Amino acid sequence: MAVGAPRRPAVRRNGPGPYTGVPRVRVAVEEPAYGEEELLVARVRLLEGLVGRTEIADCAQLALQWLGDVLGLRQSLCLVRPAGEQSLFVVAVSGLGGSGFTSFGVSLEDWANPLVSAFTHRKELFFPAPHSAADRKRRPSTPFEDGAFHVVPLGMSGFSEEVFGLLLIGGTAPLPPELHWFTNVFGQKIDQLLRYQSLTDVDRKQGRERSLLHNIINAVTDPILLTDVEGRLLIANARALTLFTASEEESEGRRGAVRMNNMLLSSALSSKAIEETGATRRELLLVNPVDGSDLVFELLSTVTEDPRQGSGVVSILRNVTDLRRASEEIEENYRKMRIAEALARAESDRLNLIIDSVADPIVVADAAGATSLMNEPAERLFTLPARASAVEQRWVQTNDAHFSSFIAGMLVSADQRRAGEIGLIDPKTGEPMPVEAIAGKILSEHGELTAVVTILHDRREAIEKAQLYEQLKQASDELERKIQAATADIAQQNELLRRQAIELEQASALKSQFLANMSHEFRTPLNAMLGYTSMLLQGVAGPVEQPVKRQLGRIESNGRHLLTIINEILDISRIEAGRMPLQLSTFRLADLVSEVKAELEPIIMRSKLSIVLDLPKDLKPITSDRQKVKQILLNLLSNALKFTHHGSVTMTARRNAKDRTMTLSVSDTGIGIAPLDQDKIFEDFRQLDNSPTRAYGGTGLGLSICRRLAQMIDGRITLQSEVGKGSTFTLTLPLKGRR
Amino acid sequence: MNKNVARPRVLLVDDYPDAREMYSEYLEFCGFEVVEAGNGMEALQRAADENPDIILMDLSLPVMDGWEATRRLKADKRTASIPVVALTGHALAGISEGARKAGCDAFVTKPCLPEDLVKEIRKVLDGQTSTTTKKVRRSGKHG
Repeated sequence: MAVGAPRRPAVRRNGPGPYTGVPRVRVAVEEPAYGEEELLVARVRLLEGLVGRTEIADCAQLALQWLGDVLGLRQSLCLVRPAGEQSLFVVAVSGLGGSGFTSFGVSLEDWANPLVSAFTHRKELFFPAPHSAADRKRRPSTPFEDGAFHVVPLGMSGFSEEVFGLLLIGGTAPLPPELHWFTNVFGQKIDQLLRYQSLTDVDRKQGRERSLLHNIINAVTDPILLTDVEGRLLIANARALTLFTASEEESEGRRGAVRMNNMLLSSALSSKAIEETGATRRELLLVNPVDGSDLVFELLSTVTEDPRQGSGVVSILRNVTDLRRASEEIEENYRKMRIAEALARAESDRLNLIIDSVADPIVVADAAGATSLMNEPAERLFTLPARASAVEQRWVQTNDAHFSSFIAGMLVSADQRRAGEIGLIDPKTGEPMPVEAIAGKILSEHGELTAVVTILHDRREAIEKAQLYEQLKQASDELERKIQAATADIAQQNELLRRQAIELEQASALKSQFLANMSHEFRTPLNAMLGYTSMLLQGVAGPVEQPVKRQLGRIESNGRHLLTIINEILDISRIEAGRMPLQLSTFRLADLVSEVKAELEPIIMRSKLSIVLDLPKDLKPITSDRQKVKQILLNLLSNALKFTHHGSVTMTARRNAKDRTMTLSVSDTGIGIAPLDQDKIFEDFRQLDNSPTRAYGGTGLGLSICRRLAQMIDGRITLQSEVGKGSTFTLTLPLKGRR
Repeated sequence: MNKNVARPRVLLVDDYPDAREMYSEYLEFCGFEVVEAGNGMEALQRAADENPDIILMDLSLPVMDGWEATRRLKADKRTASIPVVALTGHALAGISEGARKAGCDAFVTKPCLPEDLVKEIRKVLDGQTSTTTKKVRRSGKHG
């Protein structure tokens, strides 16, 4: 909205009016054609026209038009001083060409200007056309230029001397008397309009200021209120309105909040404190009607005295909710900071603990090389103990000097890390203490050196260990050398033994070969001897006398004995030479027993003993070395026959499912063997009767051979015997022999 | 039929004269016709010449041993069908197996009484004469 009137009245040249349709340029008449009556009508017409107009420019235009039409004053110009202005402005022009007048104005401060004089002194002036430059100089500058013109002040005659403007009328003719009436009426109208205009100006100005004020207080985000002494709300800004007013359309909750806020506010304002101190600060808790949240305000109330309106209270509410929140946050942050600080302290304590718990000395130096932190082991090296002797002091100082030079070297070098050895002295004992120093630079995030951390490691133990290791290694090498020597010896011995074994084997093989050859050589003549003896006995060469036959029989039996001896020696040597390999086969025991019996049939016939075979019918075949089993049985049976003079010999076979064995027993009713002798009979070349005239022949190798053969087939031979009653030899062998 | 059926002809190969003479005398006493040879080579010759019904072969022989002689006899189709009985004083294991591999049909260990040897010969011959092939071959050769 526009505040106040325009400073300069708008010039309206062809504004609407009752004469709009009338031609503007008429034939100029020196004398008006109006008579008395006509003039009255013209006056009424002007008055009517002026009454309907409220704008100065409109009025002025109409008036100038009327001057031209009625009084014949064709060229005219109206200047008006608006209220409060110090200049005269053109408000209307008539009968003047060009456009210079639009910017034409007269400053009232220009005292030299005759127009100003005319205005201030309320006097009429006439300026004829100039005749000289001096004339021109005296003339005020006007749109009439060099034309003659009259200056007539506009004001109300009789009431006051006040002038509102000037009327400039072109022409040399004297002004008509009718002009007096005109200036009076027109001046009155202008005065009226100017007064009205200035009033509206004030009104508008006040309104503008109110509005500005309103805008200002509305722009304030803090609620502002003016209340009367009873606490009624007089003025409130927009923010306050949302808190303390609510229309009927608002929700119940919002209205309730507003009611609550009003109650809280009036109770806060009605307290005596305001009256006593004039301005107070207090906290006021309100409800946000929009969302129901709590709002904390600081209430600042000031009592104002207005002589017209009476006293009131201006209250400014400052929202401190956020402030409160912020302060709480600050408190919280402070608390957190305290905790963090405590944590940092704990961390630092822990770090110290850790550093102290490290057995190796740790030294932290600052960027200048000065020691800033060291753990206990480091302190022992670099700080003087209480009551230190002069020697100890020197040791510690030496240590310090060595370490400082190491750190200085580290500081000047570009290396991030450095390791080196420092020859320190153990301040406790004075012994040299070589340490390995490992130093690392600690850089800030900007890359500046902040500290140098050095860890020292006592190398004495390592050196000692290395020495021990070296000794150990020497000892070990020595041992190794000895072992190698011993091993070489052993290898040599082994080689020797191996050669000896080979030689022995060869010797044994030679012996076996020799025995084999010998037995062949023995057998060949024996073969002839036994053959011829047999032939003689059979009478191949003719009949033989009985005594000769008996003698031939002796030759034959001795020859057979010799053959047995040869065979048994051969067997033993074959067994010993390992030339009697195991040959497994599956066979029936019953068949084997009858074969053995058949082979010994001649002896059985001669002995007149009864042979009993006790074999189960369902005896299953066994797997073993048939030849060896047969030889054992032959031997046992021939022994039984040899040492039994009467009675019987029984051969028994039994299968023991439990331990998967087979037992073959040969029992006789012969002379028996005394318990003491029962082990001896299995020894080589052992016969119980060793006398030259012994009753029983044989090499004494039989049972020995049997025992060896039994071992070869994983079996064993046991004996049960009683002197005079007989003996039982039992061969126990597995049902299934293994290689 | 073979003219020697009543008196079977035996080729007795042995380098030991006493043994050869003893067996020869006894075999003839028992009704065999005996041809003798002192070594392997001679044995091959006699076997080819005399066409014996059976050969008694001592294995340890000079000039050519019994194993080689047996192999050759069995390789020669003229003598391949004649049964060979190995006769040896060697009693070491493997000897009899070697003899069987060389082609011997039976094996007898010395000392062997003459009567035992005769028993063995008869046993082999009995087994031999029961085969038709031999009869045909023999009759083909001598008939």
